[in-house]
Amino acid sequence: MITGTPKPIEEILEMLEPYDKIIVAGCYGCVTVCRVGGEKEVQVLASTLRLAREAAGRKIAIKEISLERQCDPEYIEQMRAYVQDYQAVLSIACGAGIQFLAEKYTTTPLLPGINTGFLGVTERQGEWSERCQGCGDCVLHLTGGICPVTRCAKSLFHGPCGGSVQGHCEVSKDVPCGWQLIIDRLKALDQMDNYTKLKPYKGWNTSRDGGPRRIVREDMI
Amino acid sequence: MLKAFENGADGVMVVGCLEGDCHYLSGNIRAKARVKRVAGIVDKIGLGAGRIHMYNLSAGEGSKFAAYANEFVERIREMGPSPINVARLKEA
Repeated sequence: MITGTPKPIEEILEMLEPYDKIIVAGCYGCVTVCRVGGEKEVQVLASTLRLAREAAGRKIAIKEISLERQCDPEYIEQMRAYVQDYQAVLSIACGAGIQFLAEKYTTTPLLPGINTGFLGVTERQGEWSERCQGCGDCVLHLTGGICPVTRCAKSLFHGPCGGSVQGHCEVSKDVPCGWQLIIDRLKALDQMDNYTKLKPYKGWNTSRDGGPRRIVREDMI
Repeated sequence: MLKAFENGADGVMVVGCLEGDCHYLSGNIRAKARVKRVAGIVDKIGLGAGRIHMYNLSAGEGSKFAAYANEFVERIREMGPSPINVARLKEA
């Protein structure tokens, strides 16, 4: 899922300074699962903002909504009937959802209520960690299901670097060395020959280096 | 919890079972974490973290409940009305 963290309330209040009537828009997608932008978080944020503004002597009117997904046009359209009645939309969807809202409602300021994080997994309730950087050229079949792009701090493709000490990355003792994990897994799977199949260099043109990416599926259009 | 402040509460007392004795196993531990979060929110927006507090006691401790309630009410009295209620009074 796409993860995120709430923006500090002080930062949100500063963003909202010019406005007295806004929409707080959540999303039932990834941000609901990682507890940062779903219906419940819309309620908490809206309550917080109303209290903060009232305590400061300047009330704010808030419409609370949550869309099925802010990254799909059909759900964004559900706001069209009333969005012009509000001065701004504070979205707590991921950056993709917020931008898509901004593209569709060009005359209403769109504000981010969260900081979008990474593509990750739920380790346990309340804890998420990164697994994928969407490089566009997956090699997990050669690396024991462990991503060298994400799990190695340097995204190396030829094994552990000199900063790998006793299975830990030089970045932090709390970060396992991605390549140590890969080697250990390949040994356990008896697939060490995969190590020689990996190209020591990686083409990053399928990743961000090729600019904003687009996928077109002719069979679905 | 935040709704209670919106509805005019000067303080919010949350009461859960004794830790380790929750019918929902970790329900009161999770509640404690949420109370901590809300305390942080109300503190940041200027209401004061002390306006919300969680107590733990068993269903059989009626007198303790009364003592906790009195203690909390006294604590909120000392803090005075919530800035929300002060603002509402000014507006009225």
